[in-house]
Amino acid sequence: MELQSTAVLAPAAQAAEKPSPSAEYLAYLRRERRQRVMVQVSRVLLLFGFLGIWEILAQTRVVNPMLTSYPSAVWPTFLDLLQNGNLMLHTWATFRATLVGFGVSMVVGVALAAALWWSDFVHKVLDPFLVIANAMPKIAFVPIFYIWLGSEYSVYGMAVAISIFITIMVAYEGFRGIDPNKIKLARTLGASRAQVLTMVVLPGSVPTLLAALKMNIGLALVGVIVGEFQSASEGLGFLIINGSQVFKLNIVMTSIVVLAIMSGLMYLLVARLEAAMSRRYG
Amino acid sequence: MMAAHTSTATAGARGGLPTAQARIEIDNVSLRYFTKQGETQALDGISLNIAPGEFVSIIGQSGCGKSTLLSLIAGILEPSGGSIRVEGRAVTAPSPRVGYMLQQDYLYEWRTILDNALLGAEIQKMDMKKARARAIHLLGKCGMGDFLHHYPRALSGGMRQRVALARTLVTDPDVVLLDEPFSALDSQTRLAIADEVVDVLREEGKSVILVTHDIGEAIAMTDRVVVLSRRPGRIKSQYMMHFPSHGAGRPTPFQARSLPEFNEYFATLWDELDVHVEG
Repeated sequence: MELQSTAVLAPAAQAAEKPSPSAEYLAYLRRERRQRVMVQVSRVLLLFGFLGIWEILAQTRVVNPMLTSYPSAVWPTFLDLLQNGNLMLHTWATFRATLVGFGVSMVVGVALAAALWWSDFVHKVLDPFLVIANAMPKIAFVPIFYIWLGSEYSVYGMAVAISIFITIMVAYEGFRGIDPNKIKLARTLGASRAQVLTMVVLPGSVPTLLAALKMNIGLALVGVIVGEFQSASEGLGFLIINGSQVFKLNIVMTSIVVLAIMSGLMYLLVARLEAAMSRRYG
Repeated sequence: MMAAHTSTATAGARGGLPTAQARIEIDNVSLRYFTKQGETQALDGISLNIAPGEFVSIIGQSGCGKSTLLSLIAGILEPSGGSIRVEGRAVTAPSPRVGYMLQQDYLYEWRTILDNALLGAEIQKMDMKKARARAIHLLGKCGMGDFLHHYPRALSGGMRQRVALARTLVTDPDVVLLDEPFSALDSQTRLAIADEVVDVLREEGKSVILVTHDIGEAIAMTDRVVVLSRRPGRIKSQYMMHFPSHGAGRPTPFQARSLPEFNEYFATLWDELDVHVEG
């Protein structure tokens, strides 16, 4: 027998009859749009203002241009590095190391967090060690990694080390935070522990894991740059340390700008992903 | 005062059924649990038989162990003493024979309505083509046919609980346990959905155990009301729900509420529960 769903309908399911907008509503929309435009204009002004002040202070020698460089020197350096291929080479080196770093960190970190979730005993045993490992600044290990892993791998090692422990903790807390009733539901339907993990805990933790991903990208990048300071012969970190050692601040500034753009884009990508997912997760 | 205890020839404390015919046999079940604070006897010597197609409700004050009893029947808790058999087989773990509808829908936000309904089938590794057809049929029966590919957040509480009912029935259990399934809904939705749920469950021929705080719900929806005492929960008394003033057949839950017997049962059960406001 067909049942009528005459009970309260969700707003999304109702077909609304829209009357024509009132004058006050149009005024409201205009105010909102004006504010958005003001925000955008202010952002542009701020950016150009900053660049302008930088340029002026350097050109008038208020600050020493040898120490700070200036935008009109950075731009040709940027083009030059782009043309001779160095920029792509070094940017790609840093980008690749960051990708590998946070990729390994996420995969291994989540796997270890799952193991901690699976066995309460293991979690209890490892907990204090993880807390210390997490609290310890992993940057202290940069020289050691260079000695143990060599020039190239120490960069990857650093990227992983710096982000993996926090990943484990955040992922584990996310797993523990899953509504226990959702797990109870799965158990009443006959789910095994493995099924609970793959069908309830992991999918339910996606928002937490995305937040962890955002953190990881930032941290892995830090690890890569610091690793490159110490050891590498390529990468944006290398350009920065190398450039500052020979007082070619234009190279340093260019690298920093590229780094800012790269990290911004990566972060934006994950933020988009998060927004797309949140529509589903409510 | 209604004196409506069972009075058939084969009556016993279990509710009037010889063991051989019962779909659910609860035999002297007790549960004691341990925490750091101490040990607690939650249930003590519960014995109950439920026939195929029978609707039984269990009422009692908060903390008397009603939900615990359901968890035992569902197989997610093990009794400290006694045994439970469903269709003659001992309950040792969750089984597709026993469906459990929790207090809230707990639909998974990351799955569509249809995929949520198929959760049990996926876990039990059922034939997915058949399960899908059955899920669609059940969702249609519950009035959710237009929402198969929506996500739970687009739905109201009543709609979500209907999906939960469909989810419970996809695995075709013989027994359906309802743990205060309407307590999270507003009172108007509750009245409306009670009729629908009883209808679907009777049509599917399920045995139903309903745990509720709402005495009226117990009287209107079920054939037999079992009263549990305060902790440790023991069966205090049982009452068969008869509505002779309705004439032939069983009244719907909504109809039952306007019948004179309803108020009499209510008064009796209220006294049985012996509710006091502390203070």
